[in-house]
Amino acid sequence: MKPSPFEYHAPADLDEALDVLARVGPDGGKVLAGGQSLIPLLNMRLAAPAHLVDVNRVAGLDTVEAGPGGVRVGALARHAAVERSLPAAAVQPLLGQALRLVAHPVIRNRGTVVGSLVHADPSAELPAVLALLGGSVRLAHRGGERDVAAAEFFTGPMESDTAPGELAVSAFFPALPPRSGTAFHEVARRHGDYAMAGVAAAVTLDEDLRVTAARVACVSVGPVPMVVDVTAACGGSPVAAGGTGPDWDAAAAAVRDRIEPEDDIHATADYRRHLTGVLAVRALRGAADGAAADGVAAARAAGEGER
Amino acid sequence: MTTKLFGEPVRRREDARLITGRGRYLDDLGADALAVAFVRSPHAHARIRDIDVSAALDVEGLVAIYTWEDLPGALAEPLPLLIPHPALTHGRTAYPLAREIVRHVGEPVVMVVARDRYLAEDACSLIRVDYEMRKPVVGVEEAAEAVHLVHEDVPGNVGAHLVQEVPSADGRSAREAIEAAPHTLAFRLDVERSACMPLEGKGVYARWDADDQSLRVYSSTQSSTSVRMAIAAKLGLPLPKVEVIAPDVGGGFGVKIVHPWPEEVLIPWAARLLGREVKWTEDRREHFVSSSHERGQVQYVRVGFDDDGRVLGLDVNILHDHGAYTPYGIIVPIITATQLLGPYKIGAYRVEFSSIYTNTVQVTPYRGAGRPQGVFCMERTMDKIAAHLGLDRTEVRAANLIQPDEFPYDQGMIFQDGRPLIYDSGNYPEALRMLKELIGWDSFPEMKAAAAAEGRTIGIGLACYVEGTGVGPYEGGHVQVTSDGRVHVSTGLTSQGQGHETVFAQIAATELGVPIEKVSVVTGDTRRFGYAVGTFASRAAVMSGNAIALACRKVREKALRIAADALEADPRDLEITDGVVHVAGTPSASIPLATVAVLSNPLRYAFDEEAQRATQFAGGPSSMDRPPVEEGTEPGLEGRDYYSPIRSTFACGMHAAIVETDPLTAEIEILRYAVVHDCGRLINPMIVEGQIHGGVAQGVGGALYEKMAYDEHGQLLNASFMDFLMPYATEVPRIETAHLETPSPLNPLGIKGAGEAGVIPVSAVIAAAIEDAEGIPIDRMPISPSDLHHLRLETG
Repeated sequence: MKPSPFEYHAPADLDEALDVLARVGPDGGKVLAGGQSLIPLLNMRLAAPAHLVDVNRVAGLDTVEAGPGGVRVGALARHAAVERSLPAAAVQPLLGQALRLVAHPVIRNRGTVVGSLVHADPSAELPAVLALLGGSVRLAHRGGERDVAAAEFFTGPMESDTAPGELAVSAFFPALPPRSGTAFHEVARRHGDYAMAGVAAAVTLDEDLRVTAARVACVSVGPVPMVVDVTAACGGSPVAAGGTGPDWDAAAAAVRDRIEPEDDIHATADYRRHLTGVLAVRALRGAADGAAADGVAAARAAGEGER
Repeated sequence: MTTKLFGEPVRRREDARLITGRGRYLDDLGADALAVAFVRSPHAHARIRDIDVSAALDVEGLVAIYTWEDLPGALAEPLPLLIPHPALTHGRTAYPLAREIVRHVGEPVVMVVARDRYLAEDACSLIRVDYEMRKPVVGVEEAAEAVHLVHEDVPGNVGAHLVQEVPSADGRSAREAIEAAPHTLAFRLDVERSACMPLEGKGVYARWDADDQSLRVYSSTQSSTSVRMAIAAKLGLPLPKVEVIAPDVGGGFGVKIVHPWPEEVLIPWAARLLGREVKWTEDRREHFVSSSHERGQVQYVRVGFDDDGRVLGLDVNILHDHGAYTPYGIIVPIITATQLLGPYKIGAYRVEFSSIYTNTVQVTPYRGAGRPQGVFCMERTMDKIAAHLGLDRTEVRAANLIQPDEFPYDQGMIFQDGRPLIYDSGNYPEALRMLKELIGWDSFPEMKAAAAAEGRTIGIGLACYVEGTGVGPYEGGHVQVTSDGRVHVSTGLTSQGQGHETVFAQIAATELGVPIEKVSVVTGDTRRFGYAVGTFASRAAVMSGNAIALACRKVREKALRIAADALEADPRDLEITDGVVHVAGTPSASIPLATVAVLSNPLRYAFDEEAQRATQFAGGPSSMDRPPVEEGTEPGLEGRDYYSPIRSTFACGMHAAIVETDPLTAEIEILRYAVVHDCGRLINPMIVEGQIHGGVAQGVGGALYEKMAYDEHGQLLNASFMDFLMPYATEVPRIETAHLETPSPLNPLGIKGAGEAGVIPVSAVIAAAIEDAEGIPIDRMPISPSDLHHLRLETG
């Protein structure tokens, strides 16, 4: 378990990094950031790039910027940094809810959010978060950059829309409108493993606590994060403590119909489909409860503003 | 006063070194040695048509490439079949490098030596092996149908077939007893494959001294003495010219008792041939596909019993998956067959096993060594009897237990050491009583009802086992007191983290009456002790512990004799306390053990002040009428002795667990885990509890997580720690323990083994608890949430 020979590059700034990538990218150059997936792939010789471009010395890429519109996470921001960022949590709580489920603390100390997105593992949490929120990835190349929406970015299992010579420099996770809530529920074989199934949910309510938007993104049940809009299935009942509320079971049924799970050594497709339905109910209910609380808080804030 | 150290929870003396990175594991040695990597078969069953190494020859730093054709003499022969047995009619072992046929994915085909491991792997990747594919035989039942053969000359794929019968007291066979019984049940049980998975894989590092014509080999092994003999035999070297040392070993759990591994003979051979230091360190992928697995069995059970649940007849037929080779004989299925009986009196017993070859990694003992399967069989049987009769599960067990006044109890079988299966001591009813109290068995129905009222599903289960420990043939100990008062203990068996440096020092300190700080312990170094068997079968404390105690008693006797001369006292009046020999009740009449050591070795030359006291004009106590070294004695204050037991000593344990299952997701959580354990007199209760904790953790792995996922082509789909799921600390419950001490009458210290205990009953316990929670028979382990979900659908 030793990697094949490769040429190692350690650019000191972004321009140099893009220069190197422009040169070696078409020749099979790979970018090394946190390395939590890449290094095992190299050691097992499942990947044998001729060039490894280590961007860890590139200044300015480790930022976590939270604004009213959302959170922009730089390419070198570690999972742990984003997980602990209070401004990020205030703007987009789903990030923290998802990151707590990502592997183990030692991996989160090293692994990067953007690296996870580019790696595009359909079992990983962060691609599902980006897909659910309709976020985007910013890709830089020598002489320019482009933003790719999540819906176009994840093209297949372990495949993302990055071209040779491009470096993913940041990702943007949009904020949700007022009276919104999020939740992420998953079941893994062991703590920190990739989930057998997992569901991220975002729910937005109107002033009467009726669902105006409800979406889920499911992991491990398709080639890419499976986003399902279940707004229509939730029905018109308001979210109410102790009441029947929206028809989450109907929503879960809609999710089960849309996903494409497969058998593997850890779980059957049928079990994953069943489990996704169970988790969809839990995540939607959790997100709706959050949205209702968010609505109460918003109303209170508005009331205080009037006074 | 010296604290009596035997029985005290002395903190592990090795831990400070090991947990601060100062351990010396195999790969810490030989930094400048050449590195070895292997081309291993990517196919489960194939004939090698051609090996083309030409593309690899240009790799910079390449030193040598070897195939089977390069191997000389005995090295070109199959590796030894370590434990022959008359029932193993078709034992087969591998060649160090494959000769013509490969029989499992991972079998070594080409050996590459290079300047470092990176380059060796580069060269491996350029070697082209042309294979002619053969039909792989995967799955023990498919293999038993023998449509295709693993070995052309092994009909039916059956390596061994053994039937053992123990008739009832009134002379009935098991089958007759079952026919005549008021109640009968028949069912099938399945246990999956797992493997030892020590943190440190195997590894070998060899140094050839051309001037001295001698070989020193370091191996991450459980038996350095036997590896030494194997290397000497395979390389044709005189035994005194071969030294084998087990450095710090990062876990063994059985896989490292197998020897010689191909690498253990190939690396020393290459070192000698090349005149260079050579090292091979196994990586994790190699460990998955080219070491050993265990556990896989299918069991067909028939049982007859009376209205009280007493077993009148038991008939078990086992298909044992032995993988591609049988280097360790049929020890695993023999242990399953014999230890299946547990703490019970079975009316009549018949057990039959077939050891079946498959195109998978070979099967050799893994901690528990066949017992988890046997216990799973017997304890599932007990639970099914209870369910059938509507009795409490502990009542059925109580009705079958051997009683305290029935020891020694002869089960009427032959155990894995070739000796009668006679239990030496135990108190099984008391252990069961303690377990019920510890887990709260009798109050569980209320707990279950309360949980149900909250919409929660919980269940309780238990399992009992008896473990034959401390198998022979022997171990030895050597104890030397030097003139600085230090006590040097050595024994030939090896350590893999058990805490031998601590417990053997406790024994020596207690026996000799010296502070433990004065005692040092060396294990597994053939330079210090050449005669040994090895560390396996929960035997180290029983075997070497007793041998060291006996050696200490020799030293003590000699010390008292010499001190008596010096003090002009009767040796019977002397005691040793804190390293000082003194007349009992007269502390002033004393002599330090260090001085006794000086006097024990009559000297002509003084090299320090202490030594002057032993020189010929120093006026020592020796009589002018007797020679300085008396007839029948030896110079020096040292002793060597051996312990060779008449047969194994039988430890016992009973575990219980409470689990919760999620009604929707089918997740399984262990809420409580309780252990009652009896390994005779405890040398160190903290170390015993540590052994139990580790064993239970491995048992949880076997019950809920671990399997070897072979596909129909014989490819192991989960050969990494990403997909082979060992429990993390987060998956292991807090373990509540209680100790019962029933001394063994068979050995001087009254101890029994504890190393494997924790792992043995866990699958049976968890299965029972899930079954209780779900009301669904659990006959196949491990069980995952996905499995449980489908069981619910099938029975729902």
